[in-house]
Amino acid sequence: MNKFFIDIWESLKIALQALRTNKLRSFLTTLGIIIGITTVIGILSIIRGLNDSFYTSISALGSDNLYIQKFAWFSRDDWLEARNRKNITMKEVDAIQKQATLVKAVAPVVGARRTVKYKSEQLKNVSITGSTEYYMVTGNVVPEYGRPLSEQDVEHRRAVCVIGWEVADKLFKKVSPLGRRIKLGSFKFRVVGVLEKRGSLFGNNLDSEVIIPFGVFQKLYGSRRWMTIEVKVKDQERIEEAKDELVGILRRVRKVAPGEDNDFAINQQDMIADMYKRLTTALYAVAFGVGSIALLVGGIGVMNILLVSITERTREIGIRKAIGAKNKNILWQFLIESIVISSLGGLLGIVFGLLIAKLISSASFLSASVSWPIIFIGIVFIAIVGLFFGIYPAYKAAKLNPIDALHYE
Amino acid sequence: MIIEIDDISKVYEVGTQEVHALRGVSMKVEDNEYLAIMGPSGSGKSTLMNVLGCLDTPSSGSYRFVNELVSEMNDDQLAEIRNREIGFVFQTFNLLPRATALHNVELPMIYNGTPSTKRKSLAKEALEKVGLSDRMDHRPSELSGGQRQRVAIARSLVNNPKIILADEPTGNLDTKTGEEIMEIFEELHDQGNTIILVTHEEYIAEHTNRIVRLRDGRIERDEATD
Repeated sequence: MNKFFIDIWESLKIALQALRTNKLRSFLTTLGIIIGITTVIGILSIIRGLNDSFYTSISALGSDNLYIQKFAWFSRDDWLEARNRKNITMKEVDAIQKQATLVKAVAPVVGARRTVKYKSEQLKNVSITGSTEYYMVTGNVVPEYGRPLSEQDVEHRRAVCVIGWEVADKLFKKVSPLGRRIKLGSFKFRVVGVLEKRGSLFGNNLDSEVIIPFGVFQKLYGSRRWMTIEVKVKDQERIEEAKDELVGILRRVRKVAPGEDNDFAINQQDMIADMYKRLTTALYAVAFGVGSIALLVGGIGVMNILLVSITERTREIGIRKAIGAKNKNILWQFLIESIVISSLGGLLGIVFGLLIAKLISSASFLSASVSWPIIFIGIVFIAIVGLFFGIYPAYKAAKLNPIDALHYE
Repeated sequence: MIIEIDDISKVYEVGTQEVHALRGVSMKVEDNEYLAIMGPSGSGKSTLMNVLGCLDTPSSGSYRFVNELVSEMNDDQLAEIRNREIGFVFQTFNLLPRATALHNVELPMIYNGTPSTKRKSLAKEALEKVGLSDRMDHRPSELSGGQRQRVAIARSLVNNPKIILADEPTGNLDTKTGEEIMEIFEELHDQGNTIILVTHEEYIAEHTNRIVRLRDGRIERDEATD
């Protein structure tokens, strides 16, 4: 074995022996580092978990979809101004349907939340969507069995509905829902289709939905509700062109004078992704900030305890030097002690961090996901912290005069 | 010739004052000598011992150790000489309190890269030599003073040094135990080792073949005993 490795190995054994002798003290010393690493690993795992579920659920929106609304998402526009804009109505929908060339489907969408009943079963807070047959295209909603809303359903304002997977599951435990009537308030709707399972979007359960014809919704819940026009474009590559076309149509229909700002907004999935990125960047920054401060404090703690330890073991250092330890042997001994203390703290921190992430993901809708590269980087980083904060005390120990050290009481 | 010092001085600065611990000391030590350095406290015998033991370098003068010029060496070279060529025995034993007797004896070999298995067998051998083969796994706190000093002697022997430097080796021991330790030194001397004792007690110095007496940093007398 190489002499250098013998040195390191012996230093490691000495360090572990020293830690065993002062178990409580070593643990308290590493606490700062434990807390720092726990926080960082916890936050990072949760961000990664969020990423996974975010990108899965955002895909439900469809990257070839546009959402025409009174408000722009995440905009800093004057809210009051936006509130006073003209409502979006069927007039716009009709105009787009007639004039737009780059559009595959257009659907007006209105929504409310209500309790849905079937016999003695009931499900609260179900999202009731009023729309047309085109919603099946724009919303990517596909019946698992039964049929979608049809043109006739919409045109004749039939009391029929297509229900989400969870509504079917909760209300109809034993029987097939097709042909049964569910109650919305005092109105009854015949179930014609059941959607396939879709999961959730930002904690919003997409499977707890009842889709009814647009006209029926307006009759039931009023026609002055804010409406979203969902548009699916023909070619995703030409989505910007499609937007321009829509802007032109909408300005004409809504009689926006040239030079005036649009009194509507065309939203799309990208905007959510952008917003999300900004949010997670902020979270990363928080994790980094908290982690750095805790590691700094922890590192100073390690340095402090090393200085104490060196003072306590001055005589030992003297003995070792007298019988032939070189300065670098003593330097390594304390550097390795520092790295070992830090790394132990780091490892405990990683374990706690993963546990906390696991705990959070099992107790809330947030999910956590472990990133091994991050953990690896973390361990290297902790070792560097140990090295950095160990250098000064170790150097001090290495430079001790053997005679003075031997006579230290 | 093992040791040859020529006109060695050592000056310490204590605050603004200069303390002359050694003022031109010259002496030679031949192979297999057994000698004592004596003198009252403040005579400079500790300083001389530190210089001879390569724990300290002289302010002026030259020190040759088996023809190597120690007085010009740096810290690492001195550490190497201490490790290979010098075995220390101290008044206060200076063992590592948390290590077993065996590990204490292994210690000098850790710093010259001796592999672990060889280290263990050599350390056991050295402990057997001082009669402690049944105490190897004991820590210093579990050993008597005499036993601790034997561990220290085993440690000093284990690298087969050119000289053994013993600083008041019986100072912390009762008379009877002290005599036992002196017997070990005598045996080691008979086996061909070179031993330098530092002591202020005549009856201990009487065991040796030569006594160097220091006073005020100078050699007062250097004579063979009968």
